[in-house]
Amino acid sequence: MSLVLKDIRKSYREPDGQPLPILDIGQFSLNSGEQAALLGHSGGGKTTLLNVIAGITVPDSGSVTIDGTDITRLHEVGRDRFRAQKIGFVFQTFNLLPAFTALENVLLGMSFSGKKIDRRRADELLALVGLAHRLHHRPGRMSVGEQQRVAIARALANRPSLLLADEPTANLDVKNEQTILELIRGACEQNKVSLLMVTHSLDVAGRFTRVEKLADFNRAGRAA
Amino acid sequence: MNLVSIAWKSIRQRWLASSLTALSIALGVALMVAVLVINGVVTRMFDQNATGFDLIIGAKGSPMQLVLNTIYFLDRPIENIPYKYYLDLKKKSWVAHAIPFALGDTTADGKYRIIGTIPEYFELEFVPGRKFQLQPGGKFLEGTFDAVIGARVARAYGWKVGDKFPIAHGGDVRDIHDQKFTVVGILAPTGLPIDRAVFIDYEGFYKIPGHEMTEQEARAEAQARRGADGDAEIMVPAISQGAEAAGKKRPATGGEPISDEQKRVTAVLVQMKGSGPAEQAALTFLVKPLINKAPVAQAVNPIEQIKKLLVDVVGNIRIMLLAMTILIIIVSGVGIFVSIYNSMADRKREIAIMRALGAPRLTMFSIIVAEAVLLCAAGGILGLALGHGLVFVAGPIVEARSDILIDPWFFEVQELMIMPALLILAVVVGLVPGMTAYRADVARGLSD
Repeated sequence: MSLVLKDIRKSYREPDGQPLPILDIGQFSLNSGEQAALLGHSGGGKTTLLNVIAGITVPDSGSVTIDGTDITRLHEVGRDRFRAQKIGFVFQTFNLLPAFTALENVLLGMSFSGKKIDRRRADELLALVGLAHRLHHRPGRMSVGEQQRVAIARALANRPSLLLADEPTANLDVKNEQTILELIRGACEQNKVSLLMVTHSLDVAGRFTRVEKLADFNRAGRAA
Repeated sequence: MNLVSIAWKSIRQRWLASSLTALSIALGVALMVAVLVINGVVTRMFDQNATGFDLIIGAKGSPMQLVLNTIYFLDRPIENIPYKYYLDLKKKSWVAHAIPFALGDTTADGKYRIIGTIPEYFELEFVPGRKFQLQPGGKFLEGTFDAVIGARVARAYGWKVGDKFPIAHGGDVRDIHDQKFTVVGILAPTGLPIDRAVFIDYEGFYKIPGHEMTEQEARAEAQARRGADGDAEIMVPAISQGAEAAGKKRPATGGEPISDEQKRVTAVLVQMKGSGPAEQAALTFLVKPLINKAPVAQAVNPIEQIKKLLVDVVGNIRIMLLAMTILIIIVSGVGIFVSIYNSMADRKREIAIMRALGAPRLTMFSIIVAEAVLLCAAGGILGLALGHGLVFVAGPIVEARSDILIDPWFFEVQELMIMPALLILAVVVGLVPGMTAYRADVARGLSD
């Protein structure tokens, strides 16, 4: 089992001090190498859930177990290190650093893992996403599709066991959407990486064998 | 990819703001360097090692003025004392060397002092451990109308051995003596006021019409001495500038010999006898009050006056310069702080991305501090170069206006402190932006 969520609860405080429940999930799991789409509407807690899985946001209660490690029990530095080594992240807005070239953005992904920087793998990953000829270009000089490819290569740089994708195609046109989806899924399959993609698009979700509706297992979402 | 290269990328991304910040630091450091160099120059100029003499004896008046006249060749000369006083002094058992100085005249354009003295002056150490050196082809004073000139004077006028020059009486450029002096030697540069002095033979000085007292004045002076208790040394009256001016108008004495009564000296520089500095200091301590008690002359310990000068004048300048330097450092520091802190708002997302990629909080803090350190280091190195460049450009101007010699290549020891101080400053000013990065909310940063 690659990912197991159990009894996850997360609330935020409203301005009047009242708790606003965002997540209330009994159980959710993802097998090793499995790919799933998590369908949810805007404000439904999708991004918060990904942040909880990535160890960026600490849940109020419950456990997040990835490859046998309950990351909620790790201290912050441990969670950071775990995230760097085991989790890849692809964002809706690509989130590349504008001062860094494509290659440097991928190498940056390796910098915080504590492992030796593997330039060769970075080259290979950029070649895998079709950017072997754009290694030294900065994001500002690339198309949105190319930027998302760089983000995919960066997410896979540390050989993660889990890739979290937060609406990775939301900013792309239809042609790029298809290409990027295929690229993410293919790369995960090739690298034996579990994939959890959150989306509000039925079209995108429809390309996955396993599709979960967040509202079905997020009791907080249902209450909202 | 390490912290420094990540920080450097960040600096490059904001190159305009970063360059301006580094430039502001560079300007601060440049000013600091200039302040340190000038402070060093002034301190060295008035350093207590600026003379090799134990006592300076001159007419009653300001002790400081006497020292400024004879050691630094600054300020107007005070009154004179009789030449016979000098001759008596020379015979005293406690005197090892007594060097007369006759001051008042200048080069024809009024820029450099003429000092009438004796050849023995050049045999002594002008500061402890340093003897006069001549540039090749020169010699010290031998003939009556010989002149030995300082390196700066030679450079200013382009004079070389064999050149002849006139002098201005009393520094009045409209009153040029007919008698010309010949350059026989050019002193090697010393970095001291000696470099801007022109030494001529004391006898030659009195061969020039107008320098000696009239016979009438000399007789009146001698009568005044006899009128009291017959003690020739204590009854010599001070001679006014008016009398000097009157003497100037008389016809030239031509080649007639001048009696000792008609001669005067502005100051006598004395080296005490003694087996070592302690004994010489003890003798100085004993003799000084005896001379001062008598009405003719005052004896000044130049070291005491120089120390006083250092504390009262140079000390205050130093404090002012130090305050300026501290202010410059603070302003530069605030500049870095403002620049980095302002950029933090734009960098929330950047920080959040790196945190999402697994960068610990401490790493983000370190990147920001490294950025401040890099900016400071770049600014500091540029500032050191600019500072010496500034001194290089301003040196000749300061020198021309104040007669203070400035060596642009001189490196003050305190400059070694600039870079470490800047790095500490960088860490201090990087702390708050660094803490902002440390505390950054990743989830919020990614969603903004």
